[in-house]
Amino acid sequence: MAETTDDSEFMPQAPVNHGAARIVPLGDSAAIVILGDSISPQIHNRVRALCRYLEHHPFTGMTELVPSFTSIAVYYDGLGVLKAYQEYIRLGEECYPFLVVAALLEKILSLVESELPLQPRTVRIPVYYGGEAGPDLEFVARQNDLSPQEVIGIHSSAEYLVYMLGFAPGFPYLGGLPSSISTPRRLSPRVAIPAGSVGIAGDQAGVYPLETPGGWQLIGRTPISLFKPEAVPPTLLQAGDIVRFYPITRREFIEWGEDTP
Amino acid sequence: MSLLIMKPGLLTTVQDLGRYGYQQYGVIAGGAMDSYALRMANLLVGNDEREAGLEMTVTGPEITFAEPSLISICGGGLSPMLGEYPLPLWRTVYAPKGARLHFGRLSDGCRAYLAVAGGIAVPVQLNSRSTYLRAGIGGHQGRTLRSGDVLPIGTPTLRGNLWTEMLTREQGPESLSVSRWFPAYSLIPSYPETPVLRVIAGEEFLAFSEESRERFLSELFTILPQSDRMGYRLSGSSLSLVREQSLISSAVTFGTVQVPAGGNPIILMADRQTTGGYPKLAQVITADLPLLAQAKIGSAVRFRLITLQEAQKQLLQQELELRRLRLVLEHYHNG
Repeated sequence: MAETTDDSEFMPQAPVNHGAARIVPLGDSAAIVILGDSISPQIHNRVRALCRYLEHHPFTGMTELVPSFTSIAVYYDGLGVLKAYQEYIRLGEECYPFLVVAALLEKILSLVESELPLQPRTVRIPVYYGGEAGPDLEFVARQNDLSPQEVIGIHSSAEYLVYMLGFAPGFPYLGGLPSSISTPRRLSPRVAIPAGSVGIAGDQAGVYPLETPGGWQLIGRTPISLFKPEAVPPTLLQAGDIVRFYPITRREFIEWGEDTP
Repeated sequence: MSLLIMKPGLLTTVQDLGRYGYQQYGVIAGGAMDSYALRMANLLVGNDEREAGLEMTVTGPEITFAEPSLISICGGGLSPMLGEYPLPLWRTVYAPKGARLHFGRLSDGCRAYLAVAGGIAVPVQLNSRSTYLRAGIGGHQGRTLRSGDVLPIGTPTLRGNLWTEMLTREQGPESLSVSRWFPAYSLIPSYPETPVLRVIAGEEFLAFSEESRERFLSELFTILPQSDRMGYRLSGSSLSLVREQSLISSAVTFGTVQVPAGGNPIILMADRQTTGGYPKLAQVITADLPLLAQAKIGSAVRFRLITLQEAQKQLLQQELELRRLRLVLEHYHNG
């Protein structure tokens, strides 16, 4: 191979900087707008504001948005972008779809800065804690020198922010777990975790919408479905929602009827 | 109209071009591994290129056509036969009522796509007919095909019907007939045993040691048996970062080359997760994804670095060629 890696021509595309934001390519069909370098509610609010703007004012050729903790991936169809924004192409031969998209996103970033933050929606999720539904509740309690009842009390009195959905359809990455019950992941992941399982991994909290393998500590289970393919949108939670858990009894769980532990 | 699955083959699923618009909810895009071959197969039976077809992997299925059908098979060389006649790939074929499609030895590539005029008309779920195995949605009952499955076929387009008429004009509706027309040779890919995949630098490219970057771009990497529609796991030189760093999860896409702490790269494929947290070393360019999708387990691949500008030029060129072919086919009514 003739190429050497110190050939600057092939280095990662230099980011397009816009204030605190950076725009970098994700392959040849998406751009990522990075709005910060740490997980915080403030950066999350900027992610949401930009997402909301793009959803309501998509540029021609934009195909999909994927927000995450600190960034948004904006997928685009290069041919559509070039056709729609001819004025950018006259800038010269150097122009290719990513540059057009970066220029559009830069313009959009300045518009979004004046937007007001959204009022979050609060979603309450019932949880049957412990027993067969929460096989790791005892472990989480022992790790933190608490009783299982205290863990339930702490877990169900906190407010959680849905930072993003990922890993599986409708799986929420929740911030706001009180550090008094934070617990590392299991040393060996379970092969199958039942749908609805409520888990802890380090300082993160989450709920498994489908049966999947996973290494989180399981403290309970909800009878509510987090992924509903027929609904619009197809998930119970969306990024930006506030989640509150509340305890229910084994009997209430079974009477809910969606699932049985 | 329907297809009867007599034997399912190794891994046969219904796929279209993917489930877009739902990745923000954690719903994977999925879709055909080699979308170029599926698009071409659809165009050759007069379908919109977004219709669903069958993705057939390594060992093809056995299928009976309940009614006369206009079909096309594109992609890897799974040696299709209609009854006792070998079928050419990348052609339009008229299969008479009751015809039995089966497959022989694998010659090159590893995935073939069957398109039927009218498309495989399984229900659309979340904007796509693609099978999403883990969530059990899309495709035929959200799963891989089994013996005894009956798949519904939609209504062929006007163009599909005209081509059926053209192909049955000489021999009548009882005989197999293969079109004389086919795409220009320049539009038919070949699937080399050891493909060279063009990549562009990923977001963390420079976080890897110079030695690792050089090895990535000069050595062969073998596709491990644990590879599937979600990701290709590679073995070769171990690649490492200058210093370990913990990243915040963000979006990943088809062709993203990420390197977990173990040092063996993983290339994310059609059924990739929506976000990931491993360092992104590189990104296989979209125009070369079909070559990657046709590389079989146990074979080796090589990487070559190009610029984003060049990658986008390649992609636009491929799209323009397909668009030109589509225009030609739209006007091909009497030949």
